[in-house]
Amino acid sequence: MLKRTFAAAALSAVVLLASALARAADETPLPRQEWSFDGVFGTYDLASLQRGFQVYKEVCSVCHPVKHLYFRDLGEIGYSEDEVKAIAAGYQVTDGPNDEGQMYQRPGRPSDPIPGPFPNDQAARAANNGALPPDQSLIVKARPGGPDYVYGILTGYKEPPASFKMIEGMNYNEFFPGHQIAMPPPLSDNAVTFADGTLATVPQMAHDVTSFLTWAAEPNLDDRHRTGLKVILFLVVGAGVFYAAKRKIWAQIH
Amino acid sequence: MAETRPGAAARIIRWIDYRLPFVQFLNHELNEYPTPRNLSYWWNYGSLSGIMLVVMIITGIILAAQYTPSSDLAFDSVERIMRDVNYGWLLRYLHMNGASMFFAIVYIHLFRGLYYGSYKTPRELLWIIGVIILLLLIATAFMGYVLPWGQMSYWAATVITNLFSAIPVIGPGIVTFLWGGFTVGDPTLHRFYALHYLLPFVIVAVVLLHLIALHRHGSNNPLGIDHKGPEDTIPFHPYYTIKDLFGLTVFLLIYCFFVFYAPNFLGEPDNYIPANPMQTPNHIVPEWYLLPYYAILRSITFPILFISSKLAGVILAFSSILILFFLPWLDTSPVRSARFRPIYKWVFWLLVIDVIALGWVGANPPEGIVVTVGQIATFYYFIHMLILFPLIGKLERPLPLPNSISAAVEHGGARLSGAGAPLAKP
Repeated sequence: MLKRTFAAAALSAVVLLASALARAADETPLPRQEWSFDGVFGTYDLASLQRGFQVYKEVCSVCHPVKHLYFRDLGEIGYSEDEVKAIAAGYQVTDGPNDEGQMYQRPGRPSDPIPGPFPNDQAARAANNGALPPDQSLIVKARPGGPDYVYGILTGYKEPPASFKMIEGMNYNEFFPGHQIAMPPPLSDNAVTFADGTLATVPQMAHDVTSFLTWAAEPNLDDRHRTGLKVILFLVVGAGVFYAAKRKIWAQIH
Repeated sequence: MAETRPGAAARIIRWIDYRLPFVQFLNHELNEYPTPRNLSYWWNYGSLSGIMLVVMIITGIILAAQYTPSSDLAFDSVERIMRDVNYGWLLRYLHMNGASMFFAIVYIHLFRGLYYGSYKTPRELLWIIGVIILLLLIATAFMGYVLPWGQMSYWAATVITNLFSAIPVIGPGIVTFLWGGFTVGDPTLHRFYALHYLLPFVIVAVVLLHLIALHRHGSNNPLGIDHKGPEDTIPFHPYYTIKDLFGLTVFLLIYCFFVFYAPNFLGEPDNYIPANPMQTPNHIVPEWYLLPYYAILRSITFPILFISSKLAGVILAFSSILILFFLPWLDTSPVRSARFRPIYKWVFWLLVIDVIALGWVGANPPEGIVVTVGQIATFYYFIHMLILFPLIGKLERPLPLPNSISAAVEHGGARLSGAGAPLAKP
């Protein structure tokens, strides 16, 4: 009987997997990175997230917004309340209208969304040669390959092959679909100086900022993994108890 | 005296039952309900799908309390649920993956019915009501998929609503009517939201009909023969309540694995990009559970007589489900269970393979070999339904059926000395 249950369960799984595998992409395979948040026991590495936030703030935020993040969210990656207030106060945000009907600038507060570099998409395009730097707060979930893809893009800049025709102003990237990306290589060694003494190499910064962006896309991952473990354990025990009960109740029929 | 006089609770229940036989009804349908004693775990999927319906409605109502069905705010409101609502991420992932689980269960349930001939007399209406539930589920799932207003939501809505434009003369008018405008937009999202909230309750009503029809003659069983006396059946409770409960727990393990450890595995990354009417995604694909229909839809690449290829595809895709309504009469075999049908037993698996092949075709861009496979698989699907079902029933010589369920169970090596005797409640 148990065998049949497994057969039934396996079939359900196969039906689901087959469809997902069927749409595996056929582009340059992404090198797999080791992420602290991978797997059932995976959690975010807060030091890496903070370094990643620094990379985002000092490099990426020149062009890319993180629309779904608030300053208060930074408390979750290990910044104290005062540190969050200080980070927020470092930004000017538009508020209003005031009693005179005017919009005005004021220092940011933890309850504010982190302001993006441009007031709107048109301004972003105008400043970037017509290309729109996409929002980064969901980018890891919005691309096949997730963190490996984002890391791949950040480290995948190369000289184009001799036969490859480049459009003026575009850059060659191994992992970008079509290989021509408007974004120039964003990272260079020592582009930032990490307070904890970590060497700011391109792979290190790419790793940290990708971790930060994964957190930005999925801030509840730690909680999800922890809760999941309890739920799964509970169900495993439950399945055992119910199976024993079922055997006992059915004993007189079999 | 104390033994003969019922307690207060029993007296209250008796008072109510005399006027409204509700407890009596529950006792009759869920407790005493005589059920074939030989149901396998393939019979778990009916109650599982009922439980999934409840899970979807509960999570859905809580999500609806936080969601904003406006084209400007829908995407952000879903992110708000994910980030700022207490356990919003859990509710949404349960709902999102719940749809996939629901369809996986329903499809297994449906193929179970196909294998064991559960649609044959006297269960034709039971089957037909089931197909109606499937149609309602597809409509509900499709409209639910539009609500997050991501890229795939928007373009799926565009592609699917545009199908109606294939209808001659009135098609374009119908599409404008569905959209509430001249393109998929805010009015479309609002009405899809209203319908997505309404249809599950319609499904509940049709499920009740499904249950009434089921309880009229009881469940079919792996032998496909009628139960003839009390020795063939056991009370639903505790035998099948505990068996269903164990099955439910195993199912929840799979469901929870997806929810907690691979919540976006079954989804499309593109749906985390806000809807953009100016930019079409490279590949527009539906969710996995609609891929076979999508493959049939795209399989007709040439006009048939005066019917355009698009209209022909639409007709075939709808027919692939509608044809199931006629299955009780297309299948001419008097024997229900494939166990006793030496040819159908194998041909059944061809249909399973065919549908999986259609799913693969639906997932891939329609180029090269994919198109050919899609056409062959579509052709086979209809051949299977329209020709193989009637033909095999006529040609096949079924194996001899056992005299009764209890006889077969005993013969199958039952250890119980009293097997064959009516089984009372333990």
